[in-house]
Amino acid sequence: MLNRYEAPDATGHFGEYGGAFVAETLTAALAELAQLYETAQSDPVFQREFDADLANFVGRPTPLYLASRLTESLGGAKVYLKREDLNHTGAHKVNNTIGQALLAKRMGKPRVIAETGAGQHGVATATVAARLGLECVVYMGAEDVERQSLNVYRMKLLGATVVPVDSGTRTLKDAMNEALRDWVTNVDNTHYIIGTVAGPHPFPMMVRNFQSVIGQEARSQILQAEGRLPDVLVACVGGGSNAIGLFHPFVDDPDVRMVGVEAGGLGVATGKHAAPLNDGVPGVLHGNKTYLMSDEDGQISATHSISAGLDYPGVGPEHSHLKDLGRAEYASATDDEALAAFRSLNQLEGIMPALESSHAIAWVIANAPAMSPEQIILVNLSGRGDKDINTVANLDGIGL
Amino acid sequence: MSRLETRFAELRAANRSALVTFITAGDPEVDATAPALHALVAGGADVLEVGMPFSDPEAEGPTIQRANERSLAAGTRLADVFGCVATFRTTDDSTPVVLMGYLNSILRIGPREFARLASEAGVDGVIIVNLPPEEASEIRAEFDQYGMDLIFLVTPTTTPERAKLIADACTGFVYFVSLKGVTGASHFAIEPIADQLAHLRSVTDLPVLVGFGIKQGSHAAAVVAHADGAVVGAAVVETMAALSGAARLDKLTEQCLELRSGLDA
Repeated sequence: MLNRYEAPDATGHFGEYGGAFVAETLTAALAELAQLYETAQSDPVFQREFDADLANFVGRPTPLYLASRLTESLGGAKVYLKREDLNHTGAHKVNNTIGQALLAKRMGKPRVIAETGAGQHGVATATVAARLGLECVVYMGAEDVERQSLNVYRMKLLGATVVPVDSGTRTLKDAMNEALRDWVTNVDNTHYIIGTVAGPHPFPMMVRNFQSVIGQEARSQILQAEGRLPDVLVACVGGGSNAIGLFHPFVDDPDVRMVGVEAGGLGVATGKHAAPLNDGVPGVLHGNKTYLMSDEDGQISATHSISAGLDYPGVGPEHSHLKDLGRAEYASATDDEALAAFRSLNQLEGIMPALESSHAIAWVIANAPAMSPEQIILVNLSGRGDKDINTVANLDGIGL
Repeated sequence: MSRLETRFAELRAANRSALVTFITAGDPEVDATAPALHALVAGGADVLEVGMPFSDPEAEGPTIQRANERSLAAGTRLADVFGCVATFRTTDDSTPVVLMGYLNSILRIGPREFARLASEAGVDGVIIVNLPPEEASEIRAEFDQYGMDLIFLVTPTTTPERAKLIADACTGFVYFVSLKGVTGASHFAIEPIADQLAHLRSVTDLPVLVGFGIKQGSHAAAVVAHADGAVVGAAVVETMAALSGAARLDKLTEQCLELRSGLDA
């Protein structure tokens, strides 16, 4: 198996993936950020600030919860949920925005920008910006503005400006294009808080490290509860930040299987999905080399997922690396499977998962029954589903 | 000598600054491109940049974003981009043509195949907006096989050390981005970048061209004392969208004449 896992290298490469493929204007800002982050990482004052914010503002540690009725109904492996939905603002995204906003403050940048799909990262960014008194602009695909209106209003209440993006496919990738255009124009006073483990170096590494608190807590919690490590880790993968956050502290434990679940949309075979690790080829988009959905001319494909947060044609470069290494495996769940999982978790456990996280639950529902009751699955329940109530109600023909 | 070397030698001999124009291939349809290129040359364009339309043009302002969208909506393929250049070449074998676009257009078919097809079509060089020199070794090696120039960009945020590194990585010419921002921005000014341009010219023998935000003769005139030429994109792309037929071609020629008058004043 692997020797101790070490990635990325000094220039941000995870094997052949990652790197920093950006317009030259941003090179200096990325170098400054990498330098500052390196300093902050070894600065106990920064670490104490970060830890204190996670404890007192976010409410960490989040519980590791044994889903006993779900386990019983599936009749197989024991299922634990890492309750990232209980974080302040309702998802794991805030772990990263806390860290990056502290860095923005250290850089003396008074303005932060973000892209958002489902709105969770936008809300998490607007929240920390409000708390630190930073100006905040959030770019959001016009289609997502429509399907996630609750989060749009939340961001506005938090004092952020939400800019709907009408170009391209009007979803997350287009929001990221527009955020990059803003950053290239306002780089002197602005920090771009990328919300996932993608983008140019150092973002994939930095966001992973901020999110690794998920896996660190889960590791000690499962050891305490069961006296051993889990057999399988499961997390949904859009850009892949909640998955990397869970996986990373286990990557040197070869007996722990790691499963990322991509958005299968209408089914991977239909082409209408957002599952580049299942049905993509390596390419370069948004500053990094990674698996992408593209046509034979390299044009980025339109994606489909019921979940705005997974509706993205690329994926963080470290996932591409873990896939090629064979260290992690990447499955998919369709819209329908995710919806069924959403309903099951509501009814069996009294927990309303985000549609994103419901993809991970769907994998559990499909695979736990074939496992033995001695085995343990640990799932990252990355966010709560209140924001998705309108989407689900519409599918039920109910206007709220 | 390559077409770019020849052209810049001619310009130097005549003590003239280069006028470089940009339009997106296939905007608004494939057949529009070659006639437009000829019209730009007729007005005095010395070098032609041709954009490869891309689904996610993250460095472009609204004008060129829309050009990309129009082109893709009309069904432009990579093969059509090469086709536009080949068509142009049937009646113009001297004006250099440089493709400009994004890395994924090259990676998907592979740098070797890309260089082969581009070279066959009569392309002289390529500018890849999201490719830093540090990541370019494979592409450089393949392009060298076909004598295809590879041009990188220097910007106002580039440090002096890095400007030299980038200039050393360039063949053909060096592209200096005049401002922090996207294409078509409206805050062009020469004073803030004059020192950087002087430094850049002191560390390279290649021609230095300035682009982004240059829309008219007065902008181009401001560049002359500090660089070897000016690149004009969004201003002519707007004409591609606003007019059609003979009126479009006349206007393109007229715009080049006006820019030319600024450069030659």
